[in-house]
Amino acid sequence: MADAHKLEIFRGLVKFKSNTQKIWGVLILLSIITAVEVLLGIYKPSWGTNMVLGMKLLNWIFIILTIVKAYYITWDFMHMRDEVPGLRRAVVWTGIFLICYIIFILLQEGGYVFNVYDKGFIKRDF
Amino acid sequence: MNTTVATTDTEGKTWEGGNQPLKASYGKMMMWFFILSDALTFSGFLAAYGFSRFKFIDAWPIADEVFTHIPFFHGNYPMIYVAFMTFVLIMSSVTMVLAVDAGHHLNKKKVTWYMFLTIIGGIIFVGSQAWEWNTFIKGDFGAVQTKGGNILQFVDTDGNRVAVRDFVAITPTEREVHERSKGLWFVDEDALPPYQINDVVTGFEANSNILVRTQTLNEEGHKTVLSRTESLKALKENGKTVVEGANLHVNEYGSPLFADFFFFITGFHGFHVFSGIVLNIIIFFNVVLGTYERRKSYEMVEKVGLYWHFVDLVWVFVFTFFYLV
Repeated sequence: MADAHKLEIFRGLVKFKSNTQKIWGVLILLSIITAVEVLLGIYKPSWGTNMVLGMKLLNWIFIILTIVKAYYITWDFMHMRDEVPGLRRAVVWTGIFLICYIIFILLQEGGYVFNVYDKGFIKRDF
Repeated sequence: MNTTVATTDTEGKTWEGGNQPLKASYGKMMMWFFILSDALTFSGFLAAYGFSRFKFIDAWPIADEVFTHIPFFHGNYPMIYVAFMTFVLIMSSVTMVLAVDAGHHLNKKKVTWYMFLTIIGGIIFVGSQAWEWNTFIKGDFGAVQTKGGNILQFVDTDGNRVAVRDFVAITPTEREVHERSKGLWFVDEDALPPYQINDVVTGFEANSNILVRTQTLNEEGHKTVLSRTESLKALKENGKTVVEGANLHVNEYGSPLFADFFFFITGFHGFHVFSGIVLNIIIFFNVVLGTYERRKSYEMVEKVGLYWHFVDLVWVFVFTFFYLV
């Protein structure tokens, strides 16, 4: 069980010689992503405020980079890559489905409540 | 592994639990399902944060203006310290996974060393979070809360923030702190704020270069700055109390919900880090005592490792949704 590590990331584009080397490689990747996020967060470039699909482009970039980070933490640090597909799907698909569901419901509702305030049915600016 | 798992005579049988389709030991599999349920709890909290934010989407505090401090340094450094915290946590995740890897090679010395580094990383992170809370609770510039619960902040004509304490005109007041010995014996109150709303209004009138900034965001995502006459009007008509810092009731940075969720989510995460450190210490001593050496399996290190990585995973999301987006 111990030696059955899969040592490729990026679908085989990068191959590591040992598990330890893969760990350091993934650390470098995660650090670069975090650095990019922080720099974008500090400087907030003006192109980032364009709206894409109802959200600022910059926010899309942050969320996508976060999911990329989450993927590598789960797959390589938690060794999800080395588990059998059954366990992987039982954990990951369940989580993703339920999380997407609650996000959709609550954000939809939040936007609705905002409209109720915005149209002036309830006054809170005093 | 057999020494840690009780094998009954069902081995090899299709029924009666002899089949292991997931090819993971009971403990590891259950850790995964615990992590799944914990992930759902955290996403419930974060989605609730999103709900409140969408509800006040045009008036939410800007995180870059809230978390701007670094220990031992003065000045305005948004994001730097929290980036450092993120890096510390990722680093301790790396030492954890190195400990797991060394465990696979039954290398006791290396496991001990890496577990130790992991614990240190966790302690640095929790300490940083405590400092971050302290800074947030103490506050920065102070603000005035209106009757409707909104926040009015102060800027000079160049748009730089001005602290309330710098322009307030403190006047003597007859109002005393209510203590049990002075009035109703069953009622008391907290210490009075150092200045009242009238002091702020007087000080504001005396300084003609100060303007009021409301929490409403404009088209470019900046807070709206009122003109001088509008500022005076807003302050006189709506101003109710002076707020400094943040707690569960008031928040000088904007909506109190922001502070509530900040305390609740980072607090819950910090509690996870704390319990992770405790688990790591227990396992660390087991490693030192040679428990797993004798067992010929370091699977317990792997299980707490999973938990520790999960804590890191959650922080990645908290970082994004509280500090970046």
